[in-house]
Amino acid sequence: MVSTPRSAGTADMVRASISGRGSRKGGKVFEYSLLASLMVALLFLAILLADIFRQGLGVLFDRGLDFVTSPLSLNPETAGIWQSLTGSVLLTILVALIAFPIGIGSAIYLEEYAPDTRFTRFINTNIRNLAGVPSIVYGILGLTMFVTFTRSIGLGGGVNGRNMIAAGLTLAVLVLPIVIITAAEALRAVPNSIREAAFGVGATRWEVVRYHVLPSAAPGILTGTVLTLARAFGETAPLLLVGAATGFFTTGNAGLLEQTTGPYTALPVTVFSWARQPDAQFRELTAAAIIVLLVLLLTANAAAVILRNRFERRW
Amino acid sequence: MTETPRSESSLSVQAPGRGTGRSRSERPIIFDVQGLAVNYGDFTAVAGVDIDIRQNEITAFIGPSGCGKTTVLRCFNRMNDLIETARVSGSIEYHGVDLYGEGVDPVEVRRRIGMVFQKPNPFPKSIYDNIAFGPKIAGFKGDMDELVEQSLRRAAIWDEVKDKLQDSAFALSGGQQQRLCIARAIATSPDVVLMDEPCSALDPIATLRIEELMMELKEDYTILIVTHNMQQAARVSDRTAFFTVDVGDTGMRTGRLVEFDDTDKIFVNPSEQQTEDYITGRFG
Repeated sequence: MVSTPRSAGTADMVRASISGRGSRKGGKVFEYSLLASLMVALLFLAILLADIFRQGLGVLFDRGLDFVTSPLSLNPETAGIWQSLTGSVLLTILVALIAFPIGIGSAIYLEEYAPDTRFTRFINTNIRNLAGVPSIVYGILGLTMFVTFTRSIGLGGGVNGRNMIAAGLTLAVLVLPIVIITAAEALRAVPNSIREAAFGVGATRWEVVRYHVLPSAAPGILTGTVLTLARAFGETAPLLLVGAATGFFTTGNAGLLEQTTGPYTALPVTVFSWARQPDAQFRELTAAAIIVLLVLLLTANAAAVILRNRFERRW
Repeated sequence: MTETPRSESSLSVQAPGRGTGRSRSERPIIFDVQGLAVNYGDFTAVAGVDIDIRQNEITAFIGPSGCGKTTVLRCFNRMNDLIETARVSGSIEYHGVDLYGEGVDPVEVRRRIGMVFQKPNPFPKSIYDNIAFGPKIAGFKGDMDELVEQSLRRAAIWDEVKDKLQDSAFALSGGQQQRLCIARAIATSPDVVLMDEPCSALDPIATLRIEELMMELKEDYTILIVTHNMQQAARVSDRTAFFTVDVGDTGMRTGRLVEFDDTDKIFVNPSEQQTEDYITGRFG
């Protein structure tokens, strides 16, 4: 009986405290200010995109595929992005061929083989630092190292080594730290229990990596590396240093392989050079080229997501 | 009870720490562990372990958390090699060969000495591939389908999975996954199976099934099991090693073997006060 009045009191207190308070104002203010910052960010992006589409869609609608398949030209009526597009695609393939094996190999070594010494930690830290080095610095490296290298092995072409091979090497080195970091993260995400299970049935380290760690990490590695390629695809500054043409040039009827040693350009470089033209028509061409660039980048990112889902569904 | 030294039961009482007596003492020793200690860097995880493991017996390691029983278990198939800072001293002789001697290939050791882990850890692959992986890398040339079936049958899971061998192993329940892991461990036809708290993630029914399975498997294999569950040790094991943890002046916690004897003796009439305290729940 003693407890009855007290529990009645508790009930009153609970009733009073959970009802009739309304919402907490401080929390709401915070929530709306967060929403506002998101809106500001999206607003700028939207304005930028709207402006580009306003200027560029006209060209794409009027000329359609002709804009994509026409060669570079000083005449805005006929100028297209053919060499830039093929240049960018070839360049990206080169980067993938160089950076992926080296980068993924390094990541596998660092994660699966290297002993955890001070030296390994030093290397890991520096790879992270390298990922933050401005791309123009890699351009200078490319100019002093890879251009000379390309020339010295006789692949200089007619441009003294300032060709796509040098550019591919430069961009590969530029994305290498990011490839290593993303691949290493994907490997680290593989649960240790899988490694132990494989070692436990008598697998060698190579068999553990080959049959269990890599297949499990593959979706992550793939997504990460495809996204790095997107970065290489959009890079401009280092290419300017290693000789990407900023004006009109002709590839004539050179084959794809010959193009790698001759003059070249890439889509973002073309965007850069067109944007500097005083002619208003070139401004529209610039916007159109940006749209093509964006569509390609979004496609690459979508491909990465699809590939990841496909791989993950297997198990 | 007579006074003659030939009386087996009196022998076992007179020789605490080294369980002898009973007919099973006739079984050959396959592991002879002398002065085993494991350090992680400067930290001594466990020291002073002297144990002999006999063929076709189940030997249980019990003791409070941090007493080093899992660390000791992982010495038997050189799993501690995978931890960089781990250093094993003392000796484990396996059929007379020092496991940590020069020229011993840990990969080959792990083929003879299988392991089942605390948390079921099937490969993220099909049920079939989970079993087939070990034999495949060991160069098994025979009929793989038959070996897979045999291993799954031995692990008492065949009837539950025979119609879905190509399904993901992750589709199985926890208890089934653990039996799959046992099947995987015996697929390479090992000599010994190490089990590190194999039932700690399982419900009582699944636990019972694994225990029954262990009783069957000991006909063919020698089993070492680490368990937190004292009833489990009492139910399934032939001999039991009780470990405890000593806290040093600097707060360093070092595991130590307290007593090793026939399971019946450990649980009914232990020689050491510490063992009795632990068994009866006064400590740990």
